[in-house]
Amino acid sequence: MATSSYYVPESSRLPIGTSIGLICLAAGAGGMMNHSSAGGEGWALPHLVFFVGALILAAVLYNWFAKVITESHAGLYSAQMDRSFRWGMGWFIFSEVMFFAAFFGALFYVRQWAGPWLGGEGDKGVSHMLWPDFVYSWPMFNNPAGADLPGPNAIIDPWHIPLLNTVLLISSSVTVTFAHHALRIMDRTRVIFWLAATVILGAVFVYYQILEYIEAYQDLGLTLDSGIYGSTFFMLTGFHGAHVTIGAFILFVILIRIIKGHFTPEQHFGFEAAAWYWHFVDMVWIGLFFFVYIL
Amino acid sequence: MISRTGLRLSSVITAMFVSQSAAAEWGLNMPQGVTEVSQSIYDLHMLIFWICVWIGVLVFGVMFYSIYKHRKSKGAEPSKFHESLTLELLWTAIPTLILILMAIPATSTLVKMYDASDAQIDIKITGYQWKWEYDYLGEDVRFFSNLATSKDEIYNKQEKGENYLLEVDREMVIPTGVKVRFLLTAADVIHAWWVPEFAVKKDAIPGYVNEMWVNVPVGKEGIYRGQCAELCGVDHGFMPVVVRAVSQDDYRAWLAEQVAAKAAEAAAALGDFSHEELMTKGAEVYASRCAACHGQNGEGMGTVFPALKDSAVALGDVQKHIDVVLNGTPGTAMQAFAAQLNDVELAAVVTFERNAWGNDTGDTVTPKQIIDARNQ
Amino acid sequence: MTSVVTSHEDGHHGPAKGLMRWVLTTNHKDIGTMYLWFSFTMLLIGGAMALIIRAELFEPGMQLIEPEFFNQMTTMHGLIMVFGAIMPAFVGLANWLVPMMVGAPDMALPRMNNLSFWILPFAFGMLILTLFSEAGAPNFGWTFYAPLSTTYAPSSVTFFIFGVHLMGISSIMGAINIIATILNMRAPGMTLMKMPLFVWTWLITAYLLIAVMPVLAGVVTMMLMDIHFGTSFFNAAGGGDPVLFQHVFWFFGHPEVYIMILPAFGIVSQIIPTFARKPLFGYASMVYATASIAFLSFIVWAHHMFTVGLPLATELFFMYATMLIAIPTGVKVFNWVSTMFRGSMTFETPMLFALAFVVLFTIGGFSGLMLAIAPADFQYHDTYFVVAHFHYVLVPGALFAIIAGVYYWIPKWCGNYYNETLGKWHFWLSFIGVNITFFPMHFVGLAGMPRRIPDYALQFADFNAVASVGAFIFGFSQLLFLYIVITTIRGNNKASAEVWEGAEGLEWTLESPAPYHSFSEPPEVK
Ligand code: HEA
Ligand code: HEA
Ligand code: HEC
Ligand code: CUA
Ligand SMILES: [Cu+2]
Repeated sequence: MATSSYYVPESSRLPIGTSIGLICLAAGAGGMMNHSSAGGEGWALPHLVFFVGALILAAVLYNWFAKVITESHAGLYSAQMDRSFRWGMGWFIFSEVMFFAAFFGALFYVRQWAGPWLGGEGDKGVSHMLWPDFVYSWPMFNNPAGADLPGPNAIIDPWHIPLLNTVLLISSSVTVTFAHHALRIMDRTRVIFWLAATVILGAVFVYYQILEYIEAYQDLGLTLDSGIYGSTFFMLTGFHGAHVTIGAFILFVILIRIIKGHFTPEQHFGFEAAAWYWHFVDMVWIGLFFFVYIL
Repeated sequence: MISRTGLRLSSVITAMFVSQSAAAEWGLNMPQGVTEVSQSIYDLHMLIFWICVWIGVLVFGVMFYSIYKHRKSKGAEPSKFHESLTLELLWTAIPTLILILMAIPATSTLVKMYDASDAQIDIKITGYQWKWEYDYLGEDVRFFSNLATSKDEIYNKQEKGENYLLEVDREMVIPTGVKVRFLLTAADVIHAWWVPEFAVKKDAIPGYVNEMWVNVPVGKEGIYRGQCAELCGVDHGFMPVVVRAVSQDDYRAWLAEQVAAKAAEAAAALGDFSHEELMTKGAEVYASRCAACHGQNGEGMGTVFPALKDSAVALGDVQKHIDVVLNGTPGTAMQAFAAQLNDVELAAVVTFERNAWGNDTGDTVTPKQIIDARNQ
Repeated sequence: MTSVVTSHEDGHHGPAKGLMRWVLTTNHKDIGTMYLWFSFTMLLIGGAMALIIRAELFEPGMQLIEPEFFNQMTTMHGLIMVFGAIMPAFVGLANWLVPMMVGAPDMALPRMNNLSFWILPFAFGMLILTLFSEAGAPNFGWTFYAPLSTTYAPSSVTFFIFGVHLMGISSIMGAINIIATILNMRAPGMTLMKMPLFVWTWLITAYLLIAVMPVLAGVVTMMLMDIHFGTSFFNAAGGGDPVLFQHVFWFFGHPEVYIMILPAFGIVSQIIPTFARKPLFGYASMVYATASIAFLSFIVWAHHMFTVGLPLATELFFMYATMLIAIPTGVKVFNWVSTMFRGSMTFETPMLFALAFVVLFTIGGFSGLMLAIAPADFQYHDTYFVVAHFHYVLVPGALFAIIAGVYYWIPKWCGNYYNETLGKWHFWLSFIGVNITFFPMHFVGLAGMPRRIPDYALQFADFNAVASVGAFIFGFSQLLFLYIVITTIRGNNKASAEVWEGAEGLEWTLESPAPYHSFSEPPEVK
């Protein structure tokens, strides 16, 4: 009967723990930022709140996932339950797509409209009278405020690190698919091999991304406060990088579970969810590579 | 019952809208305004209004008829019908047609409003927290326009005047019979410049310029009042717009007067002023220009607006104090007052701040010091 | 595909006792109840702020509060009503009703359900606490336009931003849960086109939520970066644009207003057939109309920005697209009226609120259509005409629908009928109060009174006084609602399973009060 029933978990401490972790994290982060923007230095109460929140959150989420895994092993999850998870993950990824869409939207808007207007072209070109020295070009090396708010000296060359990173991520999408195939025929060694390869590719990507940021900050003058080019560049690539990091971590956890002998060829939604996420992160990168780096 | 009272009510409302004079007195309806554009907008407004009223009468009519006739207490038996493709198509198609009908005049009016070409006069309008600056491009005339209603009126200590909250110290002046283009921007946050009688409203966006225009017909000389229409901080409600439309001859005379007055002011700044004179004048300037942020008694407000009482700047180096007031603090609400106040006013307000509320520095700052600071 | 509940401890024996029941629960009914009480609390707090606003605006001059505090009240009132009162109320109703309506034992993801709820009290607690901070609460309007909300904002804006993030997480998880429940947990035979309209409207609402809440998260993140990390998204000096903020915000904001009305359409579509004793007219067209409204809601956002100086072609596009929304909404109104036509109507409290909804929402829709006419909006924009418009669609719109829903389903929830006489009193007081409050706002708006001002010119005085009186009548009437709900819960006027004579739907096949786990055995739907 177990497989054809819908499991409704008993009351649980996990959600409230998560809420408390989240509010501490949020209130702490807010306090920290206000503290440093007001010129405060060193540690203050908000830092403590923040780290307590992070600890709570980590502990609770660890237990939550552990619980889900135990329940899954206990055979409590039916096929219908599995479908609930699939819908859940699918729509979650859609929400992530929309989050990135907001930043891509900002980039397009600035390039298509705001920039040219400030430079004197288009419907609101009269705005140029406020910035008589400004000439619009993308990448925006000179900002409208010119000397007060200097733009970047140079930008990242797409054909070096970014190209390499593209290759890395695309191949990692391929390796994770190989791992999936191997899982379907239950070839555990090959699953481990391909999954490990995926995680390593992800990690190398993040490593190069960090190198790129260091170069941007130290040599190119390309920073968060170098005007709208830097703003969009770092927000888009930064959120993407954070997603790669999380994705690689999730895959790493899955890898450990595989090594521990979890998952069957029929039931391995945990694996699939991680793989979906990874493909999504990969798709975002393709968008970034074209619209942020090349064009 | 319901429908009869409803009818009476709606006839009252209709009467209010129809008889223009009643509407104007009561301030019930949109003003027709004085320009061609404002008239077209008013007509458009009334057109949609009546369309909505009639659709409403129809829909609610059927509804109240059913409520009245098809109630269980009257023994109504429910029918079973619950579908009709014909009806669905019909009540998709008819509203579509009505909407198209509305869209046509709306489009032509909008196109007209957007055509700012061929203007003969350009005035640059800049919104500040919480005042307007008018810069007559190509003329040497540029000034600020502040709320003139006193705090005592606002805080109910004095009777409110006829134009309560809608009066300024210096009005914008434009000629009639001429297309005037406004170039609108802002120095800090977003404001919106609005004069209902012109049907001109647009947002003032910091860093960008919006265009709009007005052509007040000859014979419609007069004073037109409006307000800032975009939330812009504490004193958003105290940021009126007042425009005086005058004949073209009067306009030219006014321009000449402004230029002459400016020269006289500059000459006066070179004269001598006593400490007391400066303190009196300074108190006035402070109350009208600075108190909004720094408080009536220099106590500041919240964490954003610093107190000037006992402040390091007001008690410290004079040059630093002058510098803050002249040039503002970029990236904060503290704006540059160099262009807003003349040398005497600036000297007065700085003197005042250095001696009021127990800030007993004893300093006297003269207009000449301001002129020197300006020239640095 | 049978589905049986396998649940430990509290499984078939009903809930645990005490406070911890509520904190730890995974039950859709408990969570629904908490959402509803949370929402009502927020309505009182947000409403109390509205009453402060109305008291200050009773006559010209500053008498009770300072302009700075007035702005904080306006902002917090808008935020609390939208995110704290209306949205959680709909989620609470969905929690109670969706599983019962589709024949499921519970929501698809019960623990996440609890998490979605418990984020909210903390997030709003943080937001409300800023009122007591030195910097004061957010004061830049619920639409928080940059740069007033960035460079020129009080430091509480940082907490506001993180609060919005938390609410967004809560809403997205709640929406995912509802979608998964609807798509995956329906009883055998319950095809999509057999679902009750409330379920349909929530399915589409959930989709809107997932599509736009992340965009809101994006825009507040940009603000956060502009404030603390030196980016230039909304700063022309660095090549950004304050208007960019508005585009991104309203891309969220317009669908958001339909998030606040679609479930209301659903509720009304359940109630009217019951009391007209006649099936809903044009079920299929109702579904398509809802979907069209949702689709159109993504391409009309700039009608909030007609005066920011958009290019002419953009202005025209958004004007036409906005006008189109009148068509599917009209279809709904006509269908409701046709449902009543030749029915056999009775007028219990839920029906009274539903009827008031139809009339007053439509009036709000008409003023919406007037606003949609771009040239005319140059006169209407940012005046009390807009305030009148959105209160008509939100208060006698969304809020009345919620109240109607509570009266309609409360016998199912707690097994008792409410007091019909008091219910009617509540209705008439609310109906009269709401109109006295918000109708005069049309007049002062057209006559030129801007919104978000703490003090106004003398010619607006009369109607403002009227509106303020109405607000207090309306506000205090809601305390009567509280009383009615409490006496119903405590009462013993037992309700039958069917509750209403003409009611149809799976929820009415369950006993009253409904069992702790709705459908342990999935019902057969023919
Ligand atoms: C529940 C919330 C809700 C709903 C449902 C609506 C519905 C609509 N709204 Fe509203 N709106 C808001 C909430 C809502 N709005 C809020 C909160 C604001 C202000 C935000 C802020 O600035 O703070 C706002 C502001 C707002 C503006 C901006 C005004 C301004 O700031 O200048 C505009 C402009 O187009 C607009 C238009 C519309 C339209 C066309 C509809 C349509 O959906 C209405 C459609 C309905 C009908 C038309 C009636 C029924 C139809 C018929 C009977 C058919 C036949 C009719 C005809 C053919 C005429 N709304
Ligand atoms: C979403 C729903 C919603 C609801 C239900 C309401 C309800 C009300 N609103 Fe609200 N309003 C908004 C959404 C809503 N509003 C939004 C989005 C804005 C724009 C904000 C902005 O500009 O940024 C706004 C702005 C707004 C303004 C304009 C402010 C300005 O421009 O400065 C006004 C002015 O009258 C107003 C009034 C009211 C009144 C009188 C009610 C009444 O219906 C309230 C009735 C009162 C109660 C229900 C409370 C009962 C409480 C008691 C009797 C006391 C007991 C209290 C305790 C125990 C704590 N509202
Ligand atoms: C719109 C609001 C506003 C107005 C009006 C305003 N100020 Fe300020 N002022 C500020 C703010 C904000 C600061 C703080 C700037 C900072 O953070 O360094 C400030 C700072 C100052 C300081 C420095 C005080 C210190 O301790 O740092 C002086 C002096 C000052 N203002 C004088 C004036 C005078 C004189 C006027 C009127 C002629 C005036 N201000 C009008 C907002 C305003
Ligand atoms: Cu300036 Cu509002
Ligand atoms: Cu809208």
